Amino acid sequence: MQPIIQARDLARTYQMGDLAVEALRGVSFDIQPGEFVAIMGPSGSGKTTLMNLMGCLETPSAGQYTLDGLPVERLDKDELAAARNRKIGFVFQQFNLLPRSTALANVELPLIYGGERNRAARREQAARALEAVGLADRMEHRPRELSGGQQQRVAIARALVNQPALLLADEPTGNLDSHSSAEIIALFGQLNAQGITIILVTHEADVARAAHRVLTIRDGLLASDQRPTEDQRPEDQRRRRAF
Amino acid sequence: MINETSTTQSSVGPSSFVARPSSKERGISLAESLRIALETLMANKLRTLLTALGVIIGVAAVVALLALGRGSQEQIAESITKNGANLLTVRAGSVGAGGFTSSGGATRSLTIEDAKALADPANVPDAALVSPETMTFGTVTNGAKDTSAMITGATATYLKIHNDALEQGEFIDEGHLNGAAPVAVLGGRIASTLFPDGDAVGKTIKVNGKRFKVIGVLKRKGGSMFGSADDGIVMPLSTVQRTLSANRDASTGKLSIEEIAVQARDEAHLASATAQIKATLRERHRLPQSGESDDFSVDNQQNLIDTLTQSRRTMTLYLGAIAAISLLVGGIGIMNIMLVSVRERTREIGLRKAIGGRERDILTQFLIEALALSTGGGLLGLLVGVSIAVGANVSGQARASVTPASVALAVGVAMAIGLFFGIEPARRAAQLDPIEALRYE
Repeated sequence: MQPIIQARDLARTYQMGDLAVEALRGVSFDIQPGEFVAIMGPSGSGKTTLMNLMGCLETPSAGQYTLDGLPVERLDKDELAAARNRKIGFVFQQFNLLPRSTALANVELPLIYGGERNRAARREQAARALEAVGLADRMEHRPRELSGGQQQRVAIARALVNQPALLLADEPTGNLDSHSSAEIIALFGQLNAQGITIILVTHEADVARAAHRVLTIRDGLLASDQRPTEDQRPEDQRRRRAF
Repeated sequence: MINETSTTQSSVGPSSFVARPSSKERGISLAESLRIALETLMANKLRTLLTALGVIIGVAAVVALLALGRGSQEQIAESITKNGANLLTVRAGSVGAGGFTSSGGATRSLTIEDAKALADPANVPDAALVSPETMTFGTVTNGAKDTSAMITGATATYLKIHNDALEQGEFIDEGHLNGAAPVAVLGGRIASTLFPDGDAVGKTIKVNGKRFKVIGVLKRKGGSMFGSADDGIVMPLSTVQRTLSANRDASTGKLSIEEIAVQARDEAHLASATAQIKATLRERHRLPQSGESDDFSVDNQQNLIDTLTQSRRTMTLYLGAIAAISLLVGGIGIMNIMLVSVRERTREIGLRKAIGGRERDILTQFLIEALALSTGGGLLGLLVGVSIAVGANVSGQARASVTPASVALAVGVAMAIGLFFGIEPARRAAQLDPIEALRYE
């Protein structure tokens, strides 16, 4: 099976005046379809840079990054935008919902940029994504009428609506209370069980434990690539639910 | 959800270019961009209105000015025919700077004898009609109703030379002139003012306390650039001189008249008639063939119209410059608010880019927003401008006429302003780095 993500010696250097900052110094790994991967690391480790590269928000200074067969390092701006639209669903810490738009309109947005002209088809697809995250009864609500956990669910529905190859979540529980966090992590687990590939960037070990695989980044390098055994995880999940 | 069919663990290679998404893929539609822009603008109506205010005022000014300019042009054109075509007006005094002659002798007034000389075909063969006229202002009363009016003392030729016609009654004739009869012919509007029942003929009015019998009422001509004859009163020249206003020439002591209207045979003979009039009057006023300037002036309608057109043009130019400045300020206002808006919506822009918005999509969205602002402002301004034009017409203060060309110009200029001042904010929005934008607080 072709991997969803193939990273080969991925490096990213930022020029800050005369100073060249090496945020990422050559990282290689593969992620297969259906995996649930957590990326961990202290702040300044380069995990955010890795996240931005994987999300096609920027291109590597060196190395190759292949996303679902796409040589990302060779794409131009418009092709990157199209790749973000088709291949990736983003979930952010700040939710980033449009405050004046309803949940349905927020979820519709990637379809609009994807060029779907049929409004009814868009709404139909958006409604299904909202149903998938359990918000069938909140479609006409605006973000401020929803709880934090519900807002993040809307954001997840928005990430899923274009049926991307990859769900990319950056500290998705960072702004949520522990109860909502547990709900969102459980939702990721359900979506992954349906076959959706999920990559989750976090610095919370509890959150990372939900994943099947943990990549740890330190000083711009891949420090460890661990796969907790199958029997460890359900235990962890039980423990987390006890919060 | 697993949409990969390939089973090989292929690494990066040329074959993977096949899966590359085409940048020519259709993105967001124009209709969607417009919808988003309008939603954004409607979300903050007061700010939108204030932002568009400069363009509203500028376009309103342009539309109103063009309408008033057009209206006065039409009025000038009409007054040519109304006041009689091929009309020459002879007045005392030269038209030099300040109106003073440089010769030592005092300026001679025009007299009835001058008019008689001009009416002689031996002197001015190219004149068709000659009408000596004298003017004075008076208070006119009919019982309790009173008004002030210009009183013109004239002869029987007045009616024809000024393209006037009688509504009722009769005009001044030789008998009235010879006897200096206390009779008056009323302009159409002053007649209705003094006699609302329309029964003026045969009644008596008082002018400056003296009694005159109304013998006729003129047909209304409508306003002209030179004050409306509808508000005036015409009396026999001799009557005016004897009872209301007797100006005498300072040197000769003869009764003077204000002007002599001369109608040339046709337009082609305006110049020759002017020359004949000048020669005749110079001889009568004993001016040498050369060396001294005229102590009178001969104007034709065209000169007058040219002067009026010129001054109107100058005024339009000044007002137009003010309107242009207003539009410029309006455009800068739009640019300012759009720049603020781009800053405020940095995270929104970052999100739109993250979920697949291309630079041109963001550019289009903000450009459409600026265009919607300026075009909406332009349409509102058009409404205000047309209202001003209609108001001017209804109130009778001025004549205004809105042409399709001026409407197209105003709206076109408004759109151009939106495009011009919207491009920089839109470009900034489009070029935002999505990573930075998403992190913006």
